[in-house]
Amino acid sequence: MLAFILRRLGQSVLVMLVVALIAFIMFRYVGDPIASMVGQEASSADREALRQQLGLNDPFYEQFFRFITNALQGQFGISYRLQQPVTELILSRLPATIELAFTSALLALVFGVGFGVFAALRPKTISTAAIMTGSLIGVSLPTFLIGIALIYVFAVELQWLPSFGRGQTVQIGWWRTGLLTESGLRSLILPAITLSLFQMTLIMRLVRAEMLEVLRTDYIKFAKARGLSSRAINFGHALKNTLVPVITITGLQLGSVIAFAIITETVFQWPGVGSLFINSVAVVDVPVMAAYLMFIAFVFVVINLTVDILYYVVDPRLRVSGPARGH
Amino acid sequence: MASPAPTHSEPTSLLARVLDSDVFYSYRKSPVTVVASIVLAGLILAAVLAPLIAPYNPFDPSSLNLMDGYTAPLSDSMMGNYFVLGTDHQGRDVLSTILYGSRVSLFVGISATLFAMVLGVTLGLFAGYRGKTTDAIIMRIADIQLTFPAILIALLIFGFARGIIPPAQQESAAVWVLIFAIGLSNWAQFARTVRGATMVERQKEYVAAARIMGVHPVMILVKHILPNVTGPVLVIATIGLALAIIEEATLSFLGVGVPPTQPSLGTLIRIGQQFLFSGEWWILFFPAVTLVLLALSVNLLGDWLRDALNPRLRQ
Repeated sequence: MLAFILRRLGQSVLVMLVVALIAFIMFRYVGDPIASMVGQEASSADREALRQQLGLNDPFYEQFFRFITNALQGQFGISYRLQQPVTELILSRLPATIELAFTSALLALVFGVGFGVFAALRPKTISTAAIMTGSLIGVSLPTFLIGIALIYVFAVELQWLPSFGRGQTVQIGWWRTGLLTESGLRSLILPAITLSLFQMTLIMRLVRAEMLEVLRTDYIKFAKARGLSSRAINFGHALKNTLVPVITITGLQLGSVIAFAIITETVFQWPGVGSLFINSVAVVDVPVMAAYLMFIAFVFVVINLTVDILYYVVDPRLRVSGPARGH
Repeated sequence: MASPAPTHSEPTSLLARVLDSDVFYSYRKSPVTVVASIVLAGLILAAVLAPLIAPYNPFDPSSLNLMDGYTAPLSDSMMGNYFVLGTDHQGRDVLSTILYGSRVSLFVGISATLFAMVLGVTLGLFAGYRGKTTDAIIMRIADIQLTFPAILIALLIFGFARGIIPPAQQESAAVWVLIFAIGLSNWAQFARTVRGATMVERQKEYVAAARIMGVHPVMILVKHILPNVTGPVLVIATIGLALAIIEEATLSFLGVGVPPTQPSLGTLIRIGQQFLFSGEWWILFFPAVTLVLLALSVNLLGDWLRDALNPRLRQ
């Protein structure tokens, strides 16, 4: 167990180093950092002095080492576009993204598992056919179109819900939450549904496929022969055994949710990390891009690691047959 | 089987062989697939023939008239011109912009998928055949890449390229950067599948025989192993095409895709979204429907192909 965790931890550190290298190359060589810091009228001697002062003439590995040291202390420089420290920018927008991502992950999990179980238990009903067709459309529809469609129906036509922003927020420490006001909650509904649909269809299809597989096994037949109630069989035995891959996928999807939030945040003008990133890509604000890359990679690595360890804890077979793979 | 059995003594034509194959049989038996393929063929044809069949040239400023702007579908504009699907704020015919837009969408989607396929298949064959360190390095990279969503990788590559390419050439290079970014974000699926299939094929006797005869490893890969992995590659390519089209539309929607002078379906939707609240629904609606039809029909074809080429599901 310990050896396994240590090995996965080592791999995670390696991945982070590779990502840091990419981020650093981006940071250092995309565009000219000096040009974006001084004005047009600066003389070449001034530029050279600044270059020397910032250590941009040092050897590559020294600069990379400094970049990592700074990154570990949470320093990613100053945004070219907004002239503020990048870390501050990201932290101020993080709560919005996290609240959105977790709400939609919760929605996806609850409805995904629910629909999936239903579709597996009643395979030949019209409702199941409707759910399956709906899920295919959900996979084919781009996220931004779902968002626009929801805005059109609920904000433009029915005028029930707001179409952009977070509504009123409440400051608790450094965390600015929209979950405590009515307008904040109402603003959250449409973006959360938009973001959750893709994951929901994915989880639903997975649960259905796994359930169908498990329902055919001998131990389910035996449970039926023992005269157990169908509730006990379906939920106590069948569903429990489908949950291992569901945990993995949901966990891994949480990272994608944060990344997919870029799209949802753009459609709904949600003031989160994703919209910060997309605005930075448009104007090549390299420090923000590099920091976002590191941040997303970190989230993914932590999630992957957690899922792998969880997998190991949940599925006893893996402890016998060697190291687990988190896919 | 309803079709008459072909006479095996004489060589049948390619068409007859296709019509008599299992794959065509399963195609004919699936009405959804038939409809999807007809829709897709129609969309592709319309996109290819856009310069010939479009009623107006939406990118010729001299033919545009702002007085034609905001014309509703199936009606005459203030200038007395008729527009089937209406016009946008600049007086561009929506039908024509859709025809030209799907041209860009399809071109980027297909090119990116081909790029991903060539890269992924090559690396997959190489990894599967060589094994050991080559395999470990290539597959580790694929693993890492697969944990990140393709759209994020494409965004990063796009931002990266934007910082490197001088501003003067950015507009003309944008389409190629987009193809490169989307292609590079999708190669791992191909590599994974081909690598697995290659490892199986490599163990077989015909490969050993070829090797003993002194055939060059590259020739073995191309002439012997590659034909045996085309089935799964075709399936991934079809589903990958749907993903690539959506990915392009998403990037263009986010404003980091093709330049505004060369709008794709995603760009058109981005433009149309501005008029969502003012009642000009057609500027948004028709491009969106086209995009959904395109993605859905490719997806349905991919789903069918996966089942049709999977011998375990054939009964």
